[in-house]
Amino acid sequence: MSDAYNKSDDDAAAIDPRDAADAAPAGPELLPLDAWHRARGARMVPFAGYEMPVQYVVEGGGIIAEHLWTRTHAGLFDVSHMGQLEVSGEGATDALEALMPGDFAALKPGQVRYSLLLDETGGILDDLMVTNAVHHFYLVVNGATKWDDIGHLREHLPDAITLNHLADDALLALQGPEAAVALARLALMPMEHGWPRTDAMKFMQAGPFLWGEVPLRISRSGYTGEDGYEISVPGEHAAALADALCAQPEVKPIGLGARDSLRLEAGLPLYGHDITNETGPVEAGLAFAISKRRRSEGGFPGAETILAALAAGPARKRVGLALEGRMAAREGGTVSCDGHAVGMVTSGGFSPSLERPIAMAFVDAGLSVVGTALEIDVRGRRIAACVVPLPFMPHRYFR
Amino acid sequence: MTRYFTKDHEWIAIDGETATVGITDYAQAQLGDITFVELPAEGATLGKGDSVSVVDSVKAASDVYSPVSGTVSAVNAALSDSPELVNSAAETEGWLWQMTLSDASELSALMDEPAYRAFVDTL
Repeated sequence: MSDAYNKSDDDAAAIDPRDAADAAPAGPELLPLDAWHRARGARMVPFAGYEMPVQYVVEGGGIIAEHLWTRTHAGLFDVSHMGQLEVSGEGATDALEALMPGDFAALKPGQVRYSLLLDETGGILDDLMVTNAVHHFYLVVNGATKWDDIGHLREHLPDAITLNHLADDALLALQGPEAAVALARLALMPMEHGWPRTDAMKFMQAGPFLWGEVPLRISRSGYTGEDGYEISVPGEHAAALADALCAQPEVKPIGLGARDSLRLEAGLPLYGHDITNETGPVEAGLAFAISKRRRSEGGFPGAETILAALAAGPARKRVGLALEGRMAAREGGTVSCDGHAVGMVTSGGFSPSLERPIAMAFVDAGLSVVGTALEIDVRGRRIAACVVPLPFMPHRYFR
Repeated sequence: MTRYFTKDHEWIAIDGETATVGITDYAQAQLGDITFVELPAEGATLGKGDSVSVVDSVKAASDVYSPVSGTVSAVNAALSDSPELVNSAAETEGWLWQMTLSDASELSALMDEPAYRAFVDTL
């Protein structure tokens, strides 16, 4: 037998040795928690240029069990492959607004915004989180795109702006309905006077904290649709922090496999799959990332195209599909209606929570209405599918 | 009952004229939670190396190849309700299909159990 259809690991993982600069290794790099994962029974796979835990081969491990644990308790994810960047300097707000459609001038200290790095045609180069960290902007970008992002930012940010890649920091995500109670037990102290403690933070709030003497950046955000946090920690302290979190009875380590099934149920796009540089924000259902002021003022890459799509409506849209039966559709599957191709699956898999296959696809806008009956080609078979609302599982953010 | 293995991690157990085929415990562990198994039709003619079944896990879909040539005589109906049997009992109750062989000499190209276990240790 062979893994014939799993594209998601491969294309992000490839490091072409021919591209290798002097610093880039030929094989996958090891992240600060590599040994920590292996000691806990993780099966490690190459992903985005790193060895990453896909699941834990232990009692209570496996993608479905890990997924359901996160939906009911709290899961600890290592997402240290993602890029953490600081942007600072006089005019940093304007400089970022020239590259992204967010209203960063209105982003208050301690607030996080989801945004998009756009190219000149309005295509999405990456999706990312931007935090006003008082003295600088703190950006978290996708692992598979971070080197391209850094190159893009270095090329386009004015000389007065400093870009700092926090390459030695790990990033942990603590996600699930019991994340807040588990993290609160660490009694972290906000470093900014008067800022909320972790359990009083709201969704998309962030701040610096002290764990003993270890500085942490924490935001109440995530990629599962659940309440939770993303925690940046200096790499040398990552294992101790992961131990402290997993010592809480609510918390178990969760692999990238469940991270993918959780984000799919939450209807969250995965860069390189659901969104690419050939995808625009409006058709992708990400128009909320184009702030109100920016809609009237423009001034971001591809503004003309994007604002026209906003006004006229896009030709195709990202939709959720629920499939009949148990056979899962995968990325690249053709979506058809009455025998005519009308779109393509961009993410698909089995939903552990709903116990049925689900998928996200781009389809002709006229067929994007909830309830529309479509078909998906799965390995030569036509599987009935129905357009359903996104997200598949309701978001449970702490607002 | 003699059991043979392929480098693609199928096993085939020979019992007289009939053979039972499945994926190995190593294979199911690599795939993770199995959510659906697509089985061949009873009576289908299989060539050695044909992709005749698909095992769907949360993560991916994987082809299962016929270790030898022959005709499908039965499929494991229990898998339609309980695909997770392939995880819990890959080399016993989680079998995929049974077949009659058209050329028993093809078995000689397969690995025996010690050879397969040694092969897995190299992976």
